[in-house]
Amino acid sequence: MDNRVPEIKMTKAPDGLEGAGFFATSLEKVVGIARANSLWPLPFATSCCGIEFMATMGARYDISRFGSERPSFSPRQADLLMVMGTIAKKMAPIVKQVYEQMAEPRWVLAMGACASSGGIFDTYSVLQGIDRIIPVDVYVPGCPPRPEQVLDGLMRVQDLAKNESLRRRNSPEYQALLASYNIK
Amino acid sequence: MADPTVESPDAQETAAELDPAAQKNKQLLDLLYRLFGQDAFTDVEEPYGFLTATTTREKIHDIIAGLQQDQELQLNFLTTMCGMHFPERKDQELGMVYMLHSLVHNVRLRLKIFFPIGDPHVPTLTELYSAANWMEREAFDFYGIIAVGHPNLIRILNVEDMDYHPMRKQYALEDGTREDKTDLFFGR
Repeated sequence: MDNRVPEIKMTKAPDGLEGAGFFATSLEKVVGIARANSLWPLPFATSCCGIEFMATMGARYDISRFGSERPSFSPRQADLLMVMGTIAKKMAPIVKQVYEQMAEPRWVLAMGACASSGGIFDTYSVLQGIDRIIPVDVYVPGCPPRPEQVLDGLMRVQDLAKNESLRRRNSPEYQALLASYNIK
Repeated sequence: MADPTVESPDAQETAAELDPAAQKNKQLLDLLYRLFGQDAFTDVEEPYGFLTATTTREKIHDIIAGLQQDQELQLNFLTTMCGMHFPERKDQELGMVYMLHSLVHNVRLRLKIFFPIGDPHVPTLTELYSAANWMEREAFDFYGIIAVGHPNLIRILNVEDMDYHPMRKQYALEDGTREDKTDLFFGR
């Protein structure tokens, strides 16, 4: 019989005031921890980076260790848009539409050289980086990046989610950023 | 003693006569001359055993329609067609290539037509081959070649609001908005 007790990983409690029977901290920190450890990614995979992401989702690299157990294929239930692969100019409105359908708070990770800058596809038909149409939070370099790099990129998004002010999405700076991309 | 590694011209000729592909090409060329006349074709050659001839856009539709109906070699399959652009050829800048295949006899034919860039009109083949529909749209999309009589001649692969035909050689292949390649030695 296997008597091993499964190791349950707990995230570290935020700083706060602790006493007998109570613990006080700021709501922002608690919400940040909750968001950071349950990021539902929407994989927008168009080419070889998508293959590398499949390895990242698989058992060996296991992106679910980071709370991304459930890849969401509906943008309305996703927190993180992972754009992986070459985005042709004809595909650009679709990426933008997917982004617009996501609810706030939303993050974007550009995986690989093509999504970040167009990569080797310096040509009339390819979008030279998805940051031309939507704001990007984290860029993962590589062609394609290894799964470790994708996981590192996801952890950087977690850092952003953890430390983000609850009011950031209402700030005039953020509204101006969206307006600069012509996103309502 | 003669060098065994070098074939005499006679031997090459005999080998060519025995080659079934060469015989089929000869049969096909004879058929073309008989049906459409010898002066309909110029620049007849056989690169890699693939019979290739140049004709004119006035004749191309009748030739392809005639070969589709022909019962001897039954070239009734349109493998592909596409545009070409040779900017240095005066009044022959644009072209179309048509590849026909006889699935029964396994003979292939490549036909080319050339026309000036100022008048990029070719007859459509859509009423002969449905496959020509998308390929003519592609030639329009990339080269601006207008297939007269096409039922729906709009862009097929590029974004709808593109305002030029990108495979024409006066346009740069690269994206004009790229910013990270301005380095003198490692960039463009």
